[in-house]
Amino acid sequence: MQAHERKLFEQAMVPHIDAAFNLARWLTQDAHAAEDVVQESYLRAARYFHSFHGGDGRPWLLGIVRRTAFDWLGKYRSEAIASYNDETHDRGDDSMNPASLAIREDEQQSVRSALEDLPPQLREAIVLRELEGLSYQEIATVAQVPIGTVMSRISRGRRQLQQRLAGSSQEKLP
Amino acid sequence: MNCTNVQRLLHPYADGELDLVRQLEIEDHLHECRACGQQEKSLHSLRDALAAPELYYHAPAALRSRLQVATVPLRLRQRRILPRLVAVAAGILLLVTLLGTLTRVLWMSADDRIANVVLADHIRSLQVNHLTDVESSDRHTVKPWFQDTARLDFAPEVPDLSEEDYTLKGGRLDYLADRPVVALVYLRHKHVINLFTWPGTSTKDKTVHYLTRQGYHVRHWQRADMVYWVVSDLNDQELDDFVQLFQQHAAR
Repeated sequence: MQAHERKLFEQAMVPHIDAAFNLARWLTQDAHAAEDVVQESYLRAARYFHSFHGGDGRPWLLGIVRRTAFDWLGKYRSEAIASYNDETHDRGDDSMNPASLAIREDEQQSVRSALEDLPPQLREAIVLRELEGLSYQEIATVAQVPIGTVMSRISRGRRQLQQRLAGSSQEKLP
Repeated sequence: MNCTNVQRLLHPYADGELDLVRQLEIEDHLHECRACGQQEKSLHSLRDALAAPELYYHAPAALRSRLQVATVPLRLRQRRILPRLVAVAAGILLLVTLLGTLTRVLWMSADDRIANVVLADHIRSLQVNHLTDVESSDRHTVKPWFQDTARLDFAPEVPDLSEEDYTLKGGRLDYLADRPVVALVYLRHKHVINLFTWPGTSTKDKTVHYLTRQGYHVRHWQRADMVYWVVSDLNDQELDDFVQLFQQHAAR
């Protein structure tokens, strides 16, 4: 890498360490694995930096992070990925929404575990949209899927969260 | 727009991903339809909960410094994902890559560091229209100024090179490399020459060293316990002449 390229890399990639770690942590659900994934992602990013064509470095870097994280999942948590399929999930659960649901602050922990329970593909979409604030187009870039798939994953992810949270709050009732 | 359509588009609506027309249609519907309005409230509440800062995992300081400070190859020994050789090779690449400014500064020799600040100061002096603190072509005005007004604890050589067509433009007090330094400004056919000088930390004389940075020519040497740095966009030959003349006249 030339000096100017190195500088570009720093400017474009280094500010997104938090975003990279957040996504890796949510996908792997393992703090050590997340660190490995981020480190590996920066290595890959440096290696393939020539294919970055400027603009916002975050979606580009996150695309590498998600691939690295899914590689890790495929190796160590293969059942987690296998359990989800956009096609089959497209039938079924979309019609029904739980009734009005107010989430109190003390339910933070249940929100966390509900999100952890989502299939990784849905969790990824929710994390990128809600925690990272990416647009549908950016998420499509990161996940390498059509924008329509992004839209349905986000909708479905949220509905499943609502259902899980509604379930968990009902369990607490006497 | 009916409830089914609204329900289908509620999420992209909440995300601001719809075109204006549909966005407004749904907004109208949500005002009128209580059931759909409830759905939207519920969604809103979920989104608020997801925005809680506690859910965001920030990169641990150790990881951050591992990516930014020169410990990557060491840490790679503990890696679990990649074959070690690839990791080390890539780690070195990353190291070189990421450390960038930091390592450039750390690995730089003292001369490189000074060259950078001297060059930056030269460029700044041209840009901010602050070339001189004392503007005079008379060395007998410039030289005392540094002692009387700037209260420097050393007396710079200020040779008069006007006969050789290097005109003294004046002097400036700068602060470089953690110390006050004298900047003398000479002109050669409208090219500005900044000459920086300050007492050296060693007593050893150094011959003239040559550098080129960003198209500027740099010369530096040490003589009679004083350090000299010269920067200009003047061509090599004329700058070398200047250095030679300066040394001859200063030695007188």
